[in-house]
Amino acid sequence: MKAADQKRLLREMIFFRRFEERCFEAYMEHKIGGFLHLYSGQEAVATGVLEMIRRGQDYVITGYRDHIHAIKTGAPAREVMAELYGKDTGSSRGRGGSMHIFDPTVHFMGGYALVGQPFPLAAGLALACKHKGTDQIAVCFLGDGANNQGTFHETMNMASLWHLPVLFVCENNQYAIGTRIDRSTAVVDQYKRVCGYNIPSSQHDGQNIETVIDAAAKAIDHVRSGNGPYFIEFLTYRQRGHSMSDKTAAYRSREEEVEWAKRDPIKLYSEKLVKAKVVTDADIKAMEHEVLNEIENDIVKFAEESPAPKVEDLNKFVLDDSPDPRWIGPLQNS
Amino acid sequence: MAELAYWEAIRRAHDEEMANDPMVIAIGEDIGVVGGTYKATSGLYQKYGEKRIIDAPISENSYTGIGIGASMAGVRPIIEIMSINFALLALDTLINAAAKIRYMSGGRVSCPIVLRTPGGTAHQLAAQHSARLARMFMSTSGLRVVTPRGAMDACGMLKSAVRCNDPVIFIEHERMYNMREEVPDTEYFRPLEGAEIVRKGTDITLIGYNWSFILCMKAADMLAKDGISAEVIDLRSLKPLDRETIRRSVEKTHRVLVAEEDEAAVGTGAEIISVIIEDCFFALDAQPVRIHAADVPVPYAANLEHAAIPDEHDVYKGALKVLGKI
Repeated sequence: MKAADQKRLLREMIFFRRFEERCFEAYMEHKIGGFLHLYSGQEAVATGVLEMIRRGQDYVITGYRDHIHAIKTGAPAREVMAELYGKDTGSSRGRGGSMHIFDPTVHFMGGYALVGQPFPLAAGLALACKHKGTDQIAVCFLGDGANNQGTFHETMNMASLWHLPVLFVCENNQYAIGTRIDRSTAVVDQYKRVCGYNIPSSQHDGQNIETVIDAAAKAIDHVRSGNGPYFIEFLTYRQRGHSMSDKTAAYRSREEEVEWAKRDPIKLYSEKLVKAKVVTDADIKAMEHEVLNEIENDIVKFAEESPAPKVEDLNKFVLDDSPDPRWIGPLQNS
Repeated sequence: MAELAYWEAIRRAHDEEMANDPMVIAIGEDIGVVGGTYKATSGLYQKYGEKRIIDAPISENSYTGIGIGASMAGVRPIIEIMSINFALLALDTLINAAAKIRYMSGGRVSCPIVLRTPGGTAHQLAAQHSARLARMFMSTSGLRVVTPRGAMDACGMLKSAVRCNDPVIFIEHERMYNMREEVPDTEYFRPLEGAEIVRKGTDITLIGYNWSFILCMKAADMLAKDGISAEVIDLRSLKPLDRETIRRSVEKTHRVLVAEEDEAAVGTGAEIISVIIEDCFFALDAQPVRIHAADVPVPYAANLEHAAIPDEHDVYKGALKVLGKI
């Protein structure tokens, strides 16, 4: 990989971390409402996989921990932050919030709160690609917890049966909300679970972004070449709770958190790039400063200054707001 | 004008829409090689192939979800669920996804699917094949719910539903598939919205939808023999509801009965009567009456099933009650 790309990827991950931590602060200031699920600690997975797709062409869909997936896919970070602030300029015009970021202009097809629901939606997006005869693919990011839903099994079966061009990315962060994987799941290695559906799969370190990139490249190539679905599992760890409301101390030990913190993806990559002389510690400090400045003075400022949605628009977007009367009518009684 | 059975009308709509737009596909259990449990897609697998008439495994929630996902990327799927009872398995993708995606994306993503499914009691199918459930979809924001009463609407409304940009729940009825009605030979569309005054009258308004509409028409014949002029409204669309047509009719007849095959609680009749009270309470000269199913899971034994479900005699007697004649 070129040094410039390595440097850019490191900066992106630093940006994503700061973005999420800034969301945390805004939540504590009651500027962001509802439920908030932060991605800190898992950055290498979304950054690495989405680095390798054709952004803007391939379809991307995920669960409720969706801010970073949306931004890396191409959704403007300003609009994602404005969405969290419930503003009219937000990705979903303030109707969706943190868990429901959408940007169809870059084919980011949403974040969903129902665990496991994106599986069939992703397969459907892939079916559409196949139906149109393009070589686009669909990429579905979900956590290990989602694999215990019926939609996992139903969708794996159909995706395999119909050779759909879909990449399932399992972000195994070890916990389904607050239940550790070995307490919720009979088979801990998630990649083994799709064998029964004849879907090729593999498991990789999700903390090392270059490992993620290499593995994703092979998986994406498999899917894009018309070989049907692929299931790729990345072992990772979320540093914060499932959402803002849980206390990680109730279900995991401080020692475990410290162990995983040693494998923080940004830390690992920073060390690697410093050692390889791609960046210096001073470069990283400069990046952190730049990112902080951008988030504060551009992204948060945009969100803060944007208008709230108009109350008179409450009933917009329920159904098509300008339907064709040929199909809708209404029927005229004589 | 040719006479078509209801199932033939559904089949014709599939055929015409699939010929018109290569993005139209159908997905469901046994709809391809077998041609559909009610023959609604018979012959189309041979004509359009397995890529467009897709036999799905028995995985209602996920094949519905696959249809929804495809619709988000420009495909127009007609999804068949063999019985509305099984649609309960797909409520997550229908209610949590299809109905909400347009709204929660701020209008940026739409889900133009049609979900076809027969609801209603047939002949001793027992509790798990006899649900009606229209009221559940009717109470969900973001969906359209239509209930074609015969071949004419079945073909014309299905074609409109395919072209409409909203998710449409298209509720058929197991007892209606072989009912015949004249339809135009040339292509036609019927609008998704608007109740229809199918029979004009002056003394009482009878309101129904799909099977209960048919009961209302039979009851209107019985009432005519008593010299009573009943106006009969087919709701056609349960969501959105045509409040205007209901109000105008009630202001004319001053008396109203609502018939539904479903249980009464939180149901279609409850909604219609609420609408009447809100829109034209002072036009009423008599207490409205609801005709509905007994509050039981549908039983198997023929006599019990019959007792559980309203028929035209129940509608007739209910109308006499509204009119103060019994």
